[in-house]
Amino acid sequence: MSTATFRIWRGERGDGRFEDYPTTVSEGMVVLDAVHQIQSDQANDLACRWNCKAGKCGSCSAEINGKPRLMCMTRLNELDLERPVTIEPMRAFPHVRDLVTDVSWNFRVKQKIQKFTPTAPHAADGTWRMQQRDIDRVQEFRKCIECFLCQDVCHVLRDHQLHDEFVGPRFLVHIAALEMHPLDTADRTAELREAHGVGYCNITKCCTTVCPESIAITDNAIIPLKERVVDRYYDPLKALVRLVRGGTKGESRAT
Amino acid sequence: MPDTETVEHDVLVIGAGGAGLRAAIEAAAAGVTVGVVCKSLLGKAHTVMAEGGVAAALGNVDDRDSWRVHFADTMRGGQYLNNWRMAEIHAKEAPARVLELEAWGAVFDRTPDGRILQRNFGGHRYPRLAHVGDRTGLEMIRTLQDHAVHLGIDVHMEVTVITLLTDGNRVCGAFAYDRERGRFRLFRAKAVVLATGGVGRAFSVTSNSWEYTADGQMLAYNAGAELQDMEFVQFHPTGMVWPPSVRGLLVTEAVRGEGGVLRNNEGRRFMFDDIPENYRSQTADTEEEGWRYVQGDKSARRPPELLTRDHVARCIVHEVRAGRGSPHGGVYLDIAWIKEKLPNAAEHIRKKLPSMYHQFKQLADIDITSEPMEIGPTTHYMMGGIRVDGDTQMTAVPGLFAAGECAAGLHGANRLGGNSLSDLLVFGKRAGEHAATFAKAHAAGRIDAGAVDHAARSALVAFEHGGGGEGPYHVQHDLQTMMQDLVGIVRHEDEMRQALARLDDLKRRAAGVGISGNREYNPGWHTAMDLRNLIAVSEAITRAALERRESRGGHFRDDYPDKDPVFAGFNVVLAKGEDGTMRLTRVPIPPLPAELEQVIEEQKS
Ligand SMILES: Cc1cc2nc3c(=O)[nH]c(=O)nc-3n(C[C@H](O)[C@H](O)[C@H](O)COP(=O)(O)OP(=O)(O)OC[C@H]3O[C@@H](n4cnc5c(N)ncnc54)[C@H](O)[C@@H]3O)c2cc1C
Ligand code: SF4
Ligand code: SF4
Ligand code: FES
Repeated sequence: MSTATFRIWRGERGDGRFEDYPTTVSEGMVVLDAVHQIQSDQANDLACRWNCKAGKCGSCSAEINGKPRLMCMTRLNELDLERPVTIEPMRAFPHVRDLVTDVSWNFRVKQKIQKFTPTAPHAADGTWRMQQRDIDRVQEFRKCIECFLCQDVCHVLRDHQLHDEFVGPRFLVHIAALEMHPLDTADRTAELREAHGVGYCNITKCCTTVCPESIAITDNAIIPLKERVVDRYYDPLKALVRLVRGGTKGESRAT
Repeated sequence: MPDTETVEHDVLVIGAGGAGLRAAIEAAAAGVTVGVVCKSLLGKAHTVMAEGGVAAALGNVDDRDSWRVHFADTMRGGQYLNNWRMAEIHAKEAPARVLELEAWGAVFDRTPDGRILQRNFGGHRYPRLAHVGDRTGLEMIRTLQDHAVHLGIDVHMEVTVITLLTDGNRVCGAFAYDRERGRFRLFRAKAVVLATGGVGRAFSVTSNSWEYTADGQMLAYNAGAELQDMEFVQFHPTGMVWPPSVRGLLVTEAVRGEGGVLRNNEGRRFMFDDIPENYRSQTADTEEEGWRYVQGDKSARRPPELLTRDHVARCIVHEVRAGRGSPHGGVYLDIAWIKEKLPNAAEHIRKKLPSMYHQFKQLADIDITSEPMEIGPTTHYMMGGIRVDGDTQMTAVPGLFAAGECAAGLHGANRLGGNSLSDLLVFGKRAGEHAATFAKAHAAGRIDAGAVDHAARSALVAFEHGGGGEGPYHVQHDLQTMMQDLVGIVRHEDEMRQALARLDDLKRRAAGVGISGNREYNPGWHTAMDLRNLIAVSEAITRAALERRESRGGHFRDDYPDKDPVFAGFNVVLAKGEDGTMRLTRVPIPPLPAELEQVIEEQKS
């Protein structure tokens, strides 16, 4: 057992300061354990979110030593404990208290995205057939645990505060999952360009770097969506070629 | 109360896990106004953590499967204490509920012919669990959540209900606080559905999150509903044991479904040493037969690692007590060994069990594709809960419904893996439907201002003690350790009597806890309030466990190690007496109708 210091942001609605909490640390501990220990012994009212403690629910997002991460999946042995470990709330969202931020904007954005709209069932018993290889990509996107760390790090939201114009990487992943779903028939291309603002993304890939689910957000979701928009609005010939060659659903509809 | 906001819905659903969301969807579809309340953010409920899969006799992988086999498996697993009507409805309706998820956008893993893939799980005769790798719960909750948000349902996130309000004996609303501001919120509703999940936080080693504080069970109990089968707590055989900070975290049964085996420190597959009589004819004789089973050979029988959870957990405890455990007090779960059988084993494991791979790699520095895991039992699931009508899910309180883990009946003495996710869908839907019907048939009830005032006052009492009172986390911690030690996986009369005495003491301490800070997002305050339900549910578990002087399913007694036929005929039911104490009765189980008896008989071979 040894002692380490955690420098935690305390305060309400943006008005706050760092406070230092020394606490004992033991083998295998993660940052969330330290926060809980501090909460239990030194600061009963220290506010943070968590649920699963296993990287599955996406509740415990924070900025640890300046990096957006899940507290429950950050082992202390990866951090330099000679110096205080700083823990701050996600900075791209309005502050509530201590490590808790108001992420409700994300839930409102989701509501505005056209929902899944399936094609007619393939079999007489009302079921569908899909091949595993055709859903691998969609399943990658559906691993998203809605931790919103990608939203936190994206400069379009964090620095430019374009929350009304741009849905952010999380929801581009969501749209990609819908658009590439083999059964979906809705067309979201026009909204992508306008309401969802896919054009604001300039492919810095910061979102991909922080995703705890290792979703290739930029390469696998955003770039193909951008291509869809380009095909639809700027390159009808390319779209026609794709249609003739038999592209996937979204591509053929883009003509 | 001056700082109370009032909200009105026809149907109020408390809980936004699988059961709550499914109920809300159904109620909204019936054309009534619906509100959903949850303690966390939307999509973070326990359901998100479910791993292995959802059980439904689709017969996609083995066409010998049918509702009859699923029904018989569920009853056998529950040692026939199940509400057989629920077991019947569940087995019949689960396939339609799973297929419906696909219509709402869920993307399950596929069979080679493009249908929903199903995997083996403990106690299920055929491969029956529809799944998405080992993140099935995430797929399910996200599908329901995304579907629900387009139906005009009002969601109250991070709001905790502390009392149900009644008018005469019927329910008419709920009283709650919001975590963010600490303000009170009064819900008026014509019908209320409880879908609040389990009780795992009453124990120290658990796979459950902070949310599992038995709120629904105690809200119902205090409103006049009954609890049943509270002695049946499921200790899942495979939780992580090391490092200490992850002790209790779940290791999905799918590891065994994919061929993982249990060994003691002598390398022996000890599960072959103790196979219960009623499962012998379905269990493999040799390791080789077991392997053929997990590979889909229809002529093979399942390996003993896939016996029911209660049995596997006890065998593990037995090995550890006999000194044959692993260094950190568990046994070994080995999936890496399949490399002897499969050429691309490591890749196969990562594909089939991605989050297990991740979890061990990141939290324990263990690569499960090349070395065994250390595991041991963890408090996982509550079979008991609110007593409901099998068809409508209504409780003894008119207008109050319950579904999902907080309700009792389907699982009897032991739940089969995968039968919870299907439970949520089948009975969530039914609860939503019947709540909507009730709401249409009844006018709003009258809110009792006195009861509201009382609830508000008692919620704030911890602030009056201020920083001078004992901290709530210490009381919670002592409760958890006590319950784990005295009413855990192996129980004894003397220890449980001691537990009751300790609970009295904890009740006193809980009444005196103090809180510093203010009401805005103050987890200390929330924990102080949670203590009441945790202590009350601990008492319910202990009293029921004392009453059942036998061992059956999840309930094991050292002093009565065998099953006793006398206890096969009733459920232990608890209700609040006139004087406020817990009243316990033995309620006989109605006889099985002949057709269902027949189904069980035909599946016995
Ligand atoms: C790690 C893990 C893995 C599992 N794997 C499987 C599996 O593979 N297959 C399977 O079938 N089962 C599995 N289970 C069990 C299954 O996940 C749960 O039993 C099930 O998800 C419970 O769902 P629910 O809808 O009843 O409740 P939950 O999903 O737990 O939701 C409860 C809801 O109620 C809310 N709530 C609680 N109290 C209050 C209150 N006072 N006021 C307002 N809201 C409140 C919570 O905020 C939450 O939204 C697993 C469980 C765990 C822990
Ligand atoms: S790649 Fe695009 S979405 Fe991702 S962080 Fe950069 S700008 Fe934002
Ligand atoms: S895409 Fe990744 S980083 Fe973004 S919310 Fe989902 S899981 Fe989190
Ligand atoms: S607590 Fe669930 S992701 Fe960290």
